Formats: sequence, C-alpha cells, structure tokens
Amino acid sequence: MSIILSDISKQFGTFTALNHIDLEIPEGELVALLGPSGCGKTTLLRIIAGLERPDSGRVLLNGEDKTEHHASHRGIGFVFQHYALFRHMTVFENVAFGLRVKDRKSRPSEAMIRKKVHTLLELVQLDWLHDRYPDQLSGGQRQRIALARALAVEPSVLLLDEPFGALDASVRKDLRQWLRHLHHDLNVTSIFVTHDQEEAMEVASQVVVLNHGRIEQQGGPSEIYDNPVNSFVSRFIGHTNIIDTEQVDQIWLSSSGLMPTDASQKVAHVRPHDIEVVKDAEIPSQAVLKDWQHLGSLIRIELVETGLQHFKNPIYAEMPNERFKQLQLDRGDQVAVKIRNARWFH
Amino acid sequence: MNSIALSQPVSQSSRQQQALVDPFWLRALLISIAVGFIILFLILPLIIVLLEAFSKGFGAYVSALAEPDTQSAIRLTLLTALLTVPMNTVFGLTAAWAITRFEFRGKSLLTTLIDLPFSVSPVISGLIFVLLFGSQGWFGHWLAEHDVKIIFAVPGIILATLFITFPFVARELIPLMQEMGSEEEEAALSLGASGWLTFFKITLPNIKWGLLYGMLLCNARAMGEFGAVSVVSGHIRGLTNTLPLHVEVSYNEYDFVASFASASILAGLAIVTLILKTILEWKQQRDRQELSL
Ligand SMILES: Nc1ncnc2c1ncn2[C@@H]1O[C@H](COP(=O)(O)OP(=O)(O)OP(=O)(O)O)[C@@H](O)[C@H]1O
Ligand SMILES: [Mg+2]
Repeated sequence: MSIILSDISKQFGTFTALNHIDLEIPEGELVALLGPSGCGKTTLLRIIAGLERPDSGRVLLNGEDKTEHHASHRGIGFVFQHYALFRHMTVFENVAFGLRVKDRKSRPSEAMIRKKVHTLLELVQLDWLHDRYPDQLSGGQRQRIALARALAVEPSVLLLDEPFGALDASVRKDLRQWLRHLHHDLNVTSIFVTHDQEEAMEVASQVVVLNHGRIEQQGGPSEIYDNPVNSFVSRFIGHTNIIDTEQVDQIWLSSSGLMPTDASQKVAHVRPHDIEVVKDAEIPSQAVLKDWQHLGSLIRIELVETGLQHFKNPIYAEMPNERFKQLQLDRGDQVAVKIRNARWFH
Repeated sequence: MNSIALSQPVSQSSRQQQALVDPFWLRALLISIAVGFIILFLILPLIIVLLEAFSKGFGAYVSALAEPDTQSAIRLTLLTALLTVPMNTVFGLTAAWAITRFEFRGKSLLTTLIDLPFSVSPVISGLIFVLLFGSQGWFGHWLAEHDVKIIFAVPGIILATLFITFPFVARELIPLMQEMGSEEEEAALSLGASGWLTFFKITLPNIKWGLLYGMLLCNARAMGEFGAVSVVSGHIRGLTNTLPLHVEVSYNEYDFVASFASASILAGLAIVTLILKTILEWKQQRDRQELSL
C-alpha cells in the first residue's frame, strides 16, 4: 500500500512538532526515517497509524483518505519503541491477539489461529518461547515478538519505531539484515525510525531525513550521501569535515585543491575518503598526523595544522589499510593534504 | 504503593535493618506502645461489642437481629452499598481514564476535586445536600411541588453516600494506570481491537486487583458511613435508618442488645474487609513483583 502525507502539521501547545510535512512513499518500499532526537519521528509515525491526530493535513493510504479513520481500521502494523507487549499474556497470546479480536465473520478458527501464530513464531525464530511471558524474554526477543504480533494481522503498512534502539551492537547488526530479508519476502510497505544514519543507509531503500519537524531530504541512500541538499543533511549523514575557507591560509587551500568556484562559497564539506595524503614536503598544504584509529578495513587519521594555516578543527581522512601501510605513516609525521572532492554550503 | 521498598532484594533490606539496630529497651518500649494501643483501641472495643451483644444470651442476640427495624436497617444498608459501589466504580474508572489518558484543561483541578470528599467533614457533606434539596434549600420548592422527597428519605442517603465514597476507586486507579501507560492499549488498537475490547482485554486485566481493592474500600465506607448519612436521613425507624444509624438510635433508647448486635454486624464486616484487603494487597504485590523480575 502506498502512503501519501500531504501538508501534515502538529503542535503540542506552542511547540511545533511537525511543520507542513509532505511525503510520498510508493508501495513496497523500506523507508528509513532519520533525524536527531526530538525532531518528530515518533509523532509522524503515530499520525500515520492514527494514534495521534494531525492539526492539519491528510493521510492517504493507497490513495484513500484515512485521516478520519480510527487506528483500529487502518490496517497498519505498529512496532513500538519499547515493544509494548501485553504483559499479562504469553508470547503465543500476544501474537494471537490481533486474530482473536477480529469480528466473528473474519475471525479464523482456533486451529487456523494456532497454525498461523506458530508459523509467525517460526518466522521470527522464537517458536520455542511460545508459552513464556514478555518479562521472561530478552530485549531482542521482545523486539521480534512485537514484530510477529504486528505481522499477524497481515498489515498493508508496517511502522517500526526505533526497532533496534535498545539492543546491543551485534544483535542490531543481525536484526538489520534479518529485517531487510523479511521485507524482501513479505514486500509490505515499511517505515522504520532510527537516529543511526549507518543503520538507515544499510537497511533502507529510501531515506527520509527529518529535522525540527521538517523534511530536509528524501532519496535513495547513495543519493542522500553523495548529494546532500544542505549543510544539515551533509553533517548528519556520514562523517564530514567542515572547513571554513575564510579561516585557512589561501596558499594552503589552493595547493590542497580546495578552491571555491565563486565568492558565495565559504564553507566546504569534505568526506574523509575524499582526502588523500602524500609524503611530500614540497607541497604547501602541510598537516601533522596527530593520531590514527583502526576502523576495520579502513584507517582514520587525524590531521592538525602545522602552526601556520589556522584551520580550527582537526581534519579527518580515511584510507584503506594497505594504503596506510604503504605510506608508512606514524604519529607526528608531516604530510601533504590533497582534497579530491568537496561540497559547498553557506 | 510501596513499590520501591517492595522491589528491594530481601538481603539488602535485612542488612539495612542490622545496620540500624536500636537498643533493646527502645525496641521493646516502642513495640509495647504499639501493641498496647492496638489492644486498647481496637481489640478491647471489639470484645466489648461482642460481650454486650451476647449479654442476654444468644437467643436475645438473634431476636434483636430479627427485629423488623433491624432488618430494615440491614436492607437499607445493603441497598445503599449495592447502588453506590457500582456507580462509583463506573465513575472511578471514567475519572481515572480521563485523567491518565487525555490531555485537557483543568486536569489538575479535577484531580484535586476528586479528593474533596476526603478533606471535608462528613457532616458538611450531608449539610450540602440538605442545603440543596431540603425544604428550605435551593431545589426544595421545586421538589415539593413535584412531590419528590430526597432529604429524610432513601434518595438522600444514597446521594450522600455516593458523594462520600466517590474518591476510593478513582484514587486507587489513577497511579496504577499512570504507571501502566497507554502503549499497550495503543498496540491493541493498532491490531484492530475496538475501544471496548481494548479496555476489557488489555486495561482491565492490568488494573483488576487495584479496582477490586478500591471497590472494597468503597463498599466498607458505604456500609459504615455515619456522619453524612445521619444529617440527611432524619432517623425514621424502619424507613431511613441504616445500620450505623440504627446502632445509635437503639443505644439512645437503652436497647443495648439491639445496638450491640447491629454493631457486631458492622464489626464483622470490618474484619471481612480487612481480610479481603490483605488478600488483594498480596495479589497486587505479587503481580507487580512478577513485572519487575
Ligand atoms: N504528548 C506530547 N506532549 C507534548 N510534547 C510532545 C508530546 N509528544 C511529543 N512531544 C514533543 O514533540 C517533539 C517530537 O517528539 P517525537 O517523540 O516525535 O520525537 P522523536 O523524533 O521520536 O525523538 P526520539 O528520537 O528521541 O524518539 C519532541 O520535542 C517532544 O518533546
Ligand atoms: Mg521517538
């Protein structure tokens, strides 16, 4: 089912949580809603699910206006930030709930319910826990039960509020892949909230960046990463060096290759992998390698000024392991900086 | 209520106790003061009530209770409880729901007002109804014209009891529902459950012990209320006497056996209430401990 939000606004008292949101999500997408804490992600999901009323604007599901429809009639599965499992019911009853509350005509038989619940529990690989209570589960298990419960009623849209928020890094990684595969198998239009940009890039087919209740940018992960429309998105997605060209020595700048093409361009955003270092004392764009860190297949190095160029913040560059070894770099070395690519913002 | 203290591991609390050992004489003194107080003011009166009730033998006790006036007092007391407890249960649920689930202006005022019956003297509560519905009251003239009797009649007793007992259920539920939060209910809604189903399948199982507890206290007070009911009842024997009023009326008429026999019923009610209350508290605690595991 496709989702269209048109001109959604929401105030809490005098605070504007959502400010004229327009969003279109085609059927079958897996969308990441990304933004800093308090930017309105949960509020937006709640409005789509019908748990919150927008002050203005429309919610269209499959082209149908559902703004006035009650949450129970929207056919939207919601996985809550804190799972919200029914604590007085077993895992089995939690998952069966949505089937049991259907009206008599559409309610499946008891045997059908059993079969379906067990199939779902197998899908989330937790059938062996079916007679436990939620407080006897780990965080990751609760998370998957909450997902199975939402899937039981075969929703046409799935909303996940920080599905991996409370989990440790390795479980997160597993569940991410698992969610991606699940989405691939079920092909239900899904939106998941996260404030982890890496997670968004890794899992989603579309990324929506939200800030202060506004959509800053929407697009595919690589589009957002390669072509951020403004300085907020550029800083929020991935690592970025921010270089204020007015504060750096002009000769250093021109020799590093960082040259504005017109006068309005003052602040350059440079991705760490767009910076190259060479050991060449002849080139004026010198810097001191202050420190380096191992990031797995990459090495990140921290460059500070030699004492003449006045760039305020350290510059971070990343390079493959082999390259780092090849250059035989060490802390305290002086290197020349080459900037391959930059984006300009005000 | 004492969730922090309850959820503490046993070993820690016993360690704390050991760290705070007071001298033996102090402990002995405090314990005997407490026990002495309970004997003097709770056990002794209870024994006296029973002794007096049976002072002329078991036969006199039974016939005092079988007396038509006593019987009618018992019936009126039961009727009052039977009407006020369900009404205040519904009211308590509504108020707790509104306060914990909705945002609206005047919410804190409403929360304060719920406590009003606890903070004014019961006699004043009764007087309010006399001022409203009595023959000299605001609506007195209109009521007389339409031949409706409220004061010195059963409706007045029920109204006064309703007013006196309305905080019990609401006060018990508000903290409970606040603690529960609304996420589970929202999850149920998003799974397609109607508002009613959500209430019965999700909310109610989570608050049931607290609700029963509130109803129990409400019932005990509805049956035992004296002050407010005394003001509006008029003490008409066989018509507007509830059990507590009947105790007083018979006592004033030197009919001690009847008076103490009625009192023994109320005392019995108090003991049953106490036992049920303990059971409910224990159940609630157990549920909560399960949650905090
Ligand atoms: N019921 C409410 N009453 C008042 N303010 C609210 C309410 N719900 C949300 N807000 C405010 O609206 C803003 C957006 O809240 P929301 O929960 O949507 O943030 P979020 O993007 O999900 O944040 P997080 O990543 O921390 O979960 C926040 O500043 C929050 O304080
Ligand atoms: Mg949130």
